[in-house]
Amino acid sequence: MLVTVNGEQRETRAAHVEALLDELEYASKHLAVAVNYDVIPRARWASAPLKDGDCVEILTPRQGG
Amino acid sequence: MVKFYDTEFSSRLLIGTALYPSPAIMQQAIRASGAQLVTVSVRREMAGGKTGDAFWSLIHELGIAVLPNTAGCKSVREAVTTAKLARELFHTPRIKLEVIADDETLQPDVIGLVEAAAILIKDGFEVYPYCTDDLGVAMKLVDAGCRVVMPWAAPIGSARGIVNRSALTLLRQRLPDITLVVDAGLGAPSHAAQALELGYDAVLLNTAVAKAADPVAMANAFRLAVEAGRAGFEAGLMDARDFASPSTPVVGTPFWHAVS
Repeated sequence: MLVTVNGEQRETRAAHVEALLDELEYASKHLAVAVNYDVIPRARWASAPLKDGDCVEILTPRQGG
Repeated sequence: MVKFYDTEFSSRLLIGTALYPSPAIMQQAIRASGAQLVTVSVRREMAGGKTGDAFWSLIHELGIAVLPNTAGCKSVREAVTTAKLARELFHTPRIKLEVIADDETLQPDVIGLVEAAAILIKDGFEVYPYCTDDLGVAMKLVDAGCRVVMPWAAPIGSARGIVNRSALTLLRQRLPDITLVVDAGLGAPSHAAQALELGYDAVLLNTAVAKAADPVAMANAFRLAVEAGRAGFEAGLMDARDFASPSTPVVGTPFWHAVS
């Protein structure tokens, strides 16, 4: 299926958020994830399902003003 | 002491973590500023990347509180989701709420701002809204539950200082119990001192320090200016007047009435 990850379309077989992070080899310890504007707490990454067309944002701490 | 919701800080200077020449200079500048609350953001992480972890370590080493922002958000939905993501990442209810209307001026979308603030307050956030100096907007933010309001002095990064002194003065007079922070547009330590002299509780700045020739020295200069401005306010400034008033006693002036 096709999902959009941080603005880029990607083909994936991941059934849930955690599988997607593994598939894309995310290594950072400090991540927060939203799917279609819904924040998915870390405790739900392994259960939050992904479906075709989902829009996933994977974010991290950064400098700000 | 200055109170931000239920937390008291001794420093009245809030400082940003962006635009410094290096991470080491950022840390030194923040320490020199004496700030106890620093602004941070959330941004997309690349697959395999660890930029977030590296930045997290830098902030953690400083051992001070963070105020995540929603910089760049242009809608209520984006800002609310970004705030929730920031809470996940930084484990804090604080959020510097920005909803931007115009890319050229970074003018806040004050209508979206009030709406987003109400949503986030109900969700348990401590909202620090970045707004214009309009009293009506500030009052709506207070009605929504904001205990901190952060009007701009001038557009973000412009270094112009306080453009509309009378509007900021009016906000202070009308909202005596709200923690007011001048956020954005300060370029020189004197600008910060002016804000504190007006009775503002604190200032928030980033570019003026980060883009100075010597950011660490400038951070120290802002720390001193904020302390001086607050001390001046507490001492009670005299009222300005239109005409001269001699400070040296007139009585006993030599040659007084001697000229015919």
